[in-house]
Amino acid sequence: MKAIEVKNLFFQYEDLPVLEDINFDVEEKDFVGIIGPNGGGKTTLIKILVGLLKPQRGTVNIFEKPVSAMNHHIGYVPQSFNFDSSFPISVIDVTKMGRLNQSKIFKNSAEDQLIAEECLKKVDMLTMKDKLIGNLSGGQKQRVLIARALTVKPKILILDEPTASIDSKAGLNFYELLHRLNEEMTIIMISHDIGVISQYVEKIACLNKKLVFHDSKEISREMLEQTYQCPVDLIAHGLPHRILDEHEHNH
Amino acid sequence: MPELFTYNFMVNALIASFLASIAAGVIGSYVVVKRIVFISGGISHSTYGGIGLGYLLGFNPILGAVGAALVTAGIVAKISRKKKQSEDMLIGIVWALGMALGIFFINLSEGYAPDLMSYLFGNILLVSNVDLVLMFILNIIVIGTVIIYYNKFQAVTFDEEFAKSVGLNTDRIYLLLLILIAITTVMLIKVVGIVLVIALISIPPAIAINYSKSLKQMMLISVILGLLFTIFGLFISYYLNLTSGASIIFISVVGYLFSYFLKK
Repeated sequence: MKAIEVKNLFFQYEDLPVLEDINFDVEEKDFVGIIGPNGGGKTTLIKILVGLLKPQRGTVNIFEKPVSAMNHHIGYVPQSFNFDSSFPISVIDVTKMGRLNQSKIFKNSAEDQLIAEECLKKVDMLTMKDKLIGNLSGGQKQRVLIARALTVKPKILILDEPTASIDSKAGLNFYELLHRLNEEMTIIMISHDIGVISQYVEKIACLNKKLVFHDSKEISREMLEQTYQCPVDLIAHGLPHRILDEHEHNH
Repeated sequence: MPELFTYNFMVNALIASFLASIAAGVIGSYVVVKRIVFISGGISHSTYGGIGLGYLLGFNPILGAVGAALVTAGIVAKISRKKKQSEDMLIGIVWALGMALGIFFINLSEGYAPDLMSYLFGNILLVSNVDLVLMFILNIIVIGTVIIYYNKFQAVTFDEEFAKSVGLNTDRIYLLLLILIAITTVMLIKVVGIVLVIALISIPPAIAINYSKSLKQMMLISVILGLLFTIFGLFISYYLNLTSGASIIFISVVGYLFSYFLKK
């Protein structure tokens, strides 16, 4: 069954076209990485998949139904941190926010608590549950946001630039975590970190207004140059890490 | 000091301080964490238009203030879907327009409007029994709504985008929050006046946020601080014969500076 099916999708902000004729399918339990330059439409595409933006044209189906009906199947981990770190809120209370759609006015808060703790355990953050979110490191915050997305009990996990605020050491464990989660759910991830992406994801899509979907994780120089529209050097930097370096701009 | 409480107006003023501090502390906490102090200022100033209309057409100016605050809350909710830059500008326009309309309506009305200054700068010593009942009812509405929507307000003020992604109607929740801000603003007009409302809404929570582990705690500390500031301000205004609203705000600012240097 197809987890995501995007057909003839167009999106523009006022007069500025951001996405043009996007077509792709994601199979259940795929792990897809989306790469592309800043302003190439990555975050816009993710916001459409999550249901935050509505495309002007085209269709997006999640498990063969329109996005709007399928919010509860998607766990969304937004780019960096939208929130103010002075906000007085504990890790467990942030995590429980994923349960809000399920809960009516007289909600089962004991169940929500249990689910939130379970999800914090999955990301190895349960011991920090009573800490203030603002006092955590970047990597720890990221884990809490993943736990929050997991409380939705999603079939698809969508992460926008998750490596943005993580140092490389914490980054590795982080991808192992995603790998573990991938056994249960489909994962879509935006990243700048092309080297790490090729290490972990199964399929890569290059997005710069238009989307080119590759059914393999090999990144070739041609793929990158097409997407970034400038010469790019791909350097193998001692296995198992492949790092992209010397990215020249000659335009 | 005990002779103070033999005056009916002083007892009313103390009850009003108590009621005002509750709504201001609870709603002010949302205003501070969501960073919508400017929006709240726009809503409070727009009420002047409603007050002026009340004078012109001969109905209770406070009802006019409620109407104006609610209309502005609705306008702000629409505006907030725009880009940040134009939102800022448009709220500034609504703010000024409300004040201008107020003056305009009062110019048009016949006769003299004696307590207009008390709407601008407040006079807690003029709070009547009817005002207290009205404040009590508004408080029940505000606190009741916050209890029911606590988690949703928290989600929308913390991370609106995520809240929307799990299917919450964030536009509607935000509008509801703005309506509560509007109601609170009107309640505070008698106490500190239109011009000084923002201070009572924002200063206690701005101090409380540094000592709080949760939004609930922030609200509780804000209410207690608000109560201390209003009562202390009231005594100062009584003994030094100063305007009550200005005294309350002055004490609040001193309290803020004190906590600022204490934290350092």
